[in-house]
Amino acid sequence: MSMAGAAAAATALSTRGVNKRFGSLVVAADVELDLPAGVRYALIGPNGAGKTTLINLITGMLRPDGGRILLGADDITALPPDQRVHRGLVRTYQINSLFPHLSALESVTLAVCERRAVAGTWWRPLTAYRDEVDEAYAILGTLNLAAVSHRPTRELAYGQQRLLEIALALAARPKVLLLDEPAAGVPRDESNELFAAIAGLSRDITVLFIEHDMELVFRFASRIIVMVGGRVLTEGTPAEIAADERVRAVYLGERKRGVGSVR
Amino acid sequence: MSSDTLAIAATNAGPHAVLQAEARWRWSEIAFWLATLLPFVLTPDYLVLASQVAIAALFVLSLDLILGFSGIVSLGHAAYFGFGAYTAGVVSVHGWGEPLSGLAIAGAASGILGYITSFIIARFRHLALIMITLGLGLLLQEAANAASWLTGGFDGLQGIHTWKLFGRIEFDLYGYAAYSYALAVLFIVFLAARRIIHSPFGLALRGIRENGARMPAIGASTDAHIRTIYTIAAVIAGLAGALLAQTTETVSLEALGFQRSADVLVMLILGGTGRLYGGLIGAAVYMVARDQFSGLNPQFWYFWIGLLLIGVVMFLPAGILGGLASLAERVAALLPRKARRASAP
Repeated sequence: MSMAGAAAAATALSTRGVNKRFGSLVVAADVELDLPAGVRYALIGPNGAGKTTLINLITGMLRPDGGRILLGADDITALPPDQRVHRGLVRTYQINSLFPHLSALESVTLAVCERRAVAGTWWRPLTAYRDEVDEAYAILGTLNLAAVSHRPTRELAYGQQRLLEIALALAARPKVLLLDEPAAGVPRDESNELFAAIAGLSRDITVLFIEHDMELVFRFASRIIVMVGGRVLTEGTPAEIAADERVRAVYLGERKRGVGSVR
Repeated sequence: MSSDTLAIAATNAGPHAVLQAEARWRWSEIAFWLATLLPFVLTPDYLVLASQVAIAALFVLSLDLILGFSGIVSLGHAAYFGFGAYTAGVVSVHGWGEPLSGLAIAGAASGILGYITSFIIARFRHLALIMITLGLGLLLQEAANAASWLTGGFDGLQGIHTWKLFGRIEFDLYGYAAYSYALAVLFIVFLAARRIIHSPFGLALRGIRENGARMPAIGASTDAHIRTIYTIAAVIAGLAGALLAQTTETVSLEALGFQRSADVLVMLILGGTGRLYGGLIGAAVYMVARDQFSGLNPQFWYFWIGLLLIGVVMFLPAGILGGLASLAERVAALLPRKARRASAP
């Protein structure tokens, strides 16, 4: 299971021997990843496989016990989370983590201001930053949120809040975008829409998404990583993963909705 | 900002109209500031009290910036108030009684203290922050007590003399000058605070209050933002302390005390946090109530303030101003308006 096929393209993100344990529980064991630029990756695995933990480790929300994380050619292992975001490594959250009393426009404008390093400016009014506001409004427009851009976040429909999660991430101009179950809790018809929006993102952005719905995974991922017990079990194209006996074994209990039903 | 005004602006389309409407001056604000001039006409005998109210309001404004807008809890905010008061007092005792420069020196000194302590503050939240700010306040009070050669210790700082304002206006016994001076400083600082909350930085502060954990994920250095606002708040608290020292020509350890830290918190919660005007109204209600109640029965005054506090928190959880705002919205809801249609989804 080599990554030789991907080696030709530039690597956007890689991990080298990343380890993490909580007490005796191993949540990441020698994780080695190489994500080529522009690829749509799905990260799958049973509950407790360490998928979200891996995103936390990559984005710096958690410190690894050992190993290195590289964005492009740069070692970012020691950088705090906000500086990783400035370099283009951006994530979203499985459970909405938004700003309830800010409007959608204010939230995204804030993210744009942070990217452009003007969010520390306290002597000029926000209304003087027309470019930032326009950019935020344009991002909301691409995700069909323009009509509700002035509503407080807490009043938005759940699906709209999921889209706002992505809008906040896009405002940071990601090179690598890590989406933690972007469609979690969204009804099937809306989750298709949501993934269509993700599929429509610029090819300059490398995307890694965690998703349990195998139909969505096989439809939208160009490559798939399978994690079990904090380890990367395998990595490959959807066809390779579907044919892999070990993956089938892992998902045996979920055969009905799982990998087995796809082929 | 009422939801109706928002809806009207939203129908005019474009992302800018609503943001501009939010930052615009409202008639109620202009009325409020005109009303601050009334004591000169209506209650000229109470101008000394009015100056105390203005000073307290300035102090509350400082706390509102960190607690109300940024979610940073403090039980030791009097540290910066007292530091400003002692700085202004010490400068005067050593022969420089010019009020405006004394005020500036005190604000700068408190700002430096605030900046140094902000490195500790930015690293903690919630209960830990309450303990740390409380500890800082107690530390500073004991330090002032110990350094009696400088501060006068337990007896307070003696011999402060404030020169004429602009070299012309004498600080009189009736408080004309004191109230004019305190009110002018309050208004100027208020304008600055208002500018801050409507700036990109103000938006970032609201982001920290709403979801501080999310901020790094949008590229924000939360610590740097907190250090900035904490320093600004310390400057404002220092200005308030200096005003008290200059207008009363005394400073005692009480200026640094826990009681003052608790009082300012009570005033802010009474009036309503995160609204700028809430703190100002809270300060006025608290100070006037204390004056009236303690006139009736000096020992019993905290009984009434306790009752008032419990009542406000139980029945007006958003404070007096928050209660007024929701009352205004209910009244507005009774009036049929075209705009209401626009606000429907």
